[in-house]
Amino acid sequence: MKFGIVTFPGSNCDYDAYRAVIDGLGEEAVFLWHKDHDLQQSDVIVLPGGFSYGDYLRPGAIARFSPVMQDVVAFARRGGPVVAICNGFQIACEAGLLPGALLRNASLKFVCEVVHLRVETTDTMFTNRYERGSVLRIPIAHGDGRYTADPETLNRLESEGRVVFRYVGGPGDADEWWSPNGSMRAIAGIVNEEGNVLGLMPHPERAIDPLLGSADGLGLFESVLARITV
Amino acid sequence: MSRYRIAVHITPRRGILDPQGKTVAEALHTLGFASVRDVHVGRHIVVELDAPDRPVAEQSTREMCERLLANPVTEDFEIESVEAT
Repeated sequence: MKFGIVTFPGSNCDYDAYRAVIDGLGEEAVFLWHKDHDLQQSDVIVLPGGFSYGDYLRPGAIARFSPVMQDVVAFARRGGPVVAICNGFQIACEAGLLPGALLRNASLKFVCEVVHLRVETTDTMFTNRYERGSVLRIPIAHGDGRYTADPETLNRLESEGRVVFRYVGGPGDADEWWSPNGSMRAIAGIVNEEGNVLGLMPHPERAIDPLLGSADGLGLFESVLARITV
Repeated sequence: MSRYRIAVHITPRRGILDPQGKTVAEALHTLGFASVRDVHVGRHIVVELDAPDRPVAEQSTREMCERLLANPVTEDFEIESVEAT
């Protein structure tokens, strides 16, 4: 299976995603240049983290006008799987692939640490290899991660089982919501209505090897692989 | 065609947590401006454009705000001034 990883000017997690696919998953990965209209027959698209276009105007606001994004949006509308991580999540929201917006962290500080994420649903193509309610250790690194949407949207996300990951206190208090960035309802990751676009602020691609502190992110890539190859 | 200079004001939508505004308000209190009730920090954007007349200039700026300059989910915008230059 081929993962296409988009490189925008200012992306800085594209290589991490590439290594996660190649080393962690043992599958094929290619970089997709933001100026090309070519997804190179990728089966899965990754919108990686970083600071595309210097976060000018708002994070993700300019990247969504990159030529490649037209193809990514069309791919997503056809049901193609898209994993939008961190800045990728911001881009996906700006592009209208996901509802809501990511605002400046409530603390006004850039947060860079390992957090605990609870898997809220395993009924997605991104989480079928996890156990529902299990707690993952995954790093975050962002200044604008405060998930915000109107109450109707939040209720809908919850009632349709589209909140995929929540920030929680830890394995001992997995029921305790805790937002490192002030996210509404401690939301860390969501899927679109059709379930083929995942957006999350934490970095699963940085958690694929115990040597680096955690391999809990690998399950996400394995889940996509399981779904696509079945 | 005339050239217009249009100032747009973009602010976080009321009711959405504005930590930056809150922090600035606290700093103003520290400085002794006890009367400050609330502060909102937004963006000020100046667009210069060519248009046949004022309403067209204003209308196209409004569209720019809706499609790019402001985030419709979290921000409000206001066209502050339209000047012929």
